[in-house]
Amino acid sequence: MSHAQLSPAIYGILAEFDSSTDLVYAAKAAYAAGYRKMDAYSPFPIEEASDAIGFHTSRVPLIVLLGGLLGGLSGYGLQYWINVISYPLNIGGKPYNAWPAFIVPTFEMTILFAGLAGVLGMFALNGLPMPYHPLFNVDRFSAVTRDKFFLCVEAADPKFDVVDTQRFMESLKPVSISEVPH
Amino acid sequence: MQRGPEEKTALMDVPWPDEPPVLGPGQTFGSMTDTIADAVLTRPIGLGWLAGLAIGMGLVAILMAAVTYLFLIGVGIWGINIPVGWGFAIINFVWWIGIGHAGTLISAILLLLKQTWRNSINRFAEAMTLFAVACAGMFPLLHMGRPWLAYWMFPYPSSMGVWPQFRSPLVWDVFAVSTYATISAVFWYVGLVPDFATMREKASHPLTRKVYGILGLGWRGSARHWKRYEALYILLAGIATPLVLSVHTVVSFDFAVAIVPGWHTTIFPPYFVAGAIYSGFAMVLVLAIPIRHFYRLESMITMRHLQNAAKIMLATGLIVGYGYFFEAFMAFYSGSTYERFMMQNRWFGPYAVFYWALILLNLVIPQVLWMPKVRANTRWLFLISLVVLVGMWLERFIIIVTSLSRDYLPSSWGHYVATRWDYAIFFGTLGFFATAIFIFIRIMPSISIFEMRTLLPESEVKAK
Repeated sequence: MSHAQLSPAIYGILAEFDSSTDLVYAAKAAYAAGYRKMDAYSPFPIEEASDAIGFHTSRVPLIVLLGGLLGGLSGYGLQYWINVISYPLNIGGKPYNAWPAFIVPTFEMTILFAGLAGVLGMFALNGLPMPYHPLFNVDRFSAVTRDKFFLCVEAADPKFDVVDTQRFMESLKPVSISEVPH
Repeated sequence: MQRGPEEKTALMDVPWPDEPPVLGPGQTFGSMTDTIADAVLTRPIGLGWLAGLAIGMGLVAILMAAVTYLFLIGVGIWGINIPVGWGFAIINFVWWIGIGHAGTLISAILLLLKQTWRNSINRFAEAMTLFAVACAGMFPLLHMGRPWLAYWMFPYPSSMGVWPQFRSPLVWDVFAVSTYATISAVFWYVGLVPDFATMREKASHPLTRKVYGILGLGWRGSARHWKRYEALYILLAGIATPLVLSVHTVVSFDFAVAIVPGWHTTIFPPYFVAGAIYSGFAMVLVLAIPIRHFYRLESMITMRHLQNAAKIMLATGLIVGYGYFFEAFMAFYSGSTYERFMMQNRWFGPYAVFYWALILLNLVIPQVLWMPKVRANTRWLFLISLVVLVGMWLERFIIIVTSLSRDYLPSSWGHYVATRWDYAIFFGTLGFFATAIFIFIRIMPSISIFEMRTLLPESEVKAK
């Protein structure tokens, strides 16, 4: 840790790779070396990359499920309250609680709430929108939206050390390596 | 092209030797990014695009004028009257919303079925869905007579103390269509976020960068983000699939729950959904064929896509034909005088010419799609798609107008003729749709860039 105090505070060290395969193997090596606070960056989703950095489950499905349940219950509850309690109307002698007729709005509300909960939940868990991020300070990082792959070990990792981590990242044979300023 | 068991199957997925590929040869991550993004960022504005936009906006101007006049005078300027109270407004509503369905089918159902060929057509098909639903949504609003009271459709605590009546399919429709519009919009936007990030990095003008930057939400391609993103994307597809089937089902309930002859039938939901997908794929082809030609996207929207769309049209067209057959069969099998008369009236009544035109356009002509030569010819595909779009419009005309104009009591029969204002608003929405599409292809990547990257074999992680 002594080196870290001597050099200016940085966000982390960023290594650039040419292919998804290189990225995943580098991420696996970094995980095996004991780094945990790191992230892999790619122009398209790579299943193996999130596994390699030790991120196995997202809570998105749970949020979608809860949103759907809430939507379904509130959809049925809304119709029950309106057509049975607040404003009962006799329509062709049908029961006030005409549950078969309530299926469609209940279903639609389930879908609506599940979808919106999922989208908002996904963005919230991802911390988006985030207009500024230290990684955007690295010019080469813009290629992550095109055809390059990056691995960033963050300075917040307890095992992080400017010199050692840099040396370790060089051993992964990246195309380039850069310090990410804050 | 490379082949091998460890390679991504999408590219190699060629069921027959002479089948065209999903992706043209020689593409890289960078070249695909450039082709799609440059069509928006660096391509100069062409005369053809301007002319198309001008025509579209001209029709929008007609729409605005017609709607203004409608608001001033009322729905009496249309041809509707008792007994035909629905007329063009509902015909166009059903037609437009049906067109939207193919977009959701491509983006959601084909995603669940792992049909990766969809990756190059889902973006503009989703845009097509949104714009078609916007056109569809206008009609019930305009048809209300007092569109400024449209919020009465929604359950809200009003000072009048009244609430919607949830045993009516018309109220179900409000929920189905508004949910469909919302979910289609968020699905589309979620798909665009990583591409907006690409556009942000590629744009040279500071303002363009800023706009795409805001739209892209600061997406940076993190593996954690992708993981949650993919989980959400597949779940959205999973919920959009029953949603899209429910929407046209509910639209068909507007008819099937009523006791009007020709409407009160159980075949309506599947028959409507198939018809929706049929016309939707026709619209996909009508858009895809010019877009791939003028924007030189032939290596991404290949003949394979057009042929697959043609095959889906063929299949759904046959389901629709099955619907026509069983409508006729049940009319006679039911033993109901009114049902039987409804069918005879369709065949030989005042609207018979439209009925037989619909059979010709929707059922007979599209059978040429059985011929591989026709499926391989973009001009033919384009023409047949137009034929199907007209045919499907006529189908809705026949369902609504023949049944309503002559139902039970001959004393309450009538005859429906559309007025120039009906046509003005219908063609106006066509202009609105065209305008929206023209603007869309110039400001957003019309093919999903990040999903195209996953089609390349290089995207696969290989054993080292």
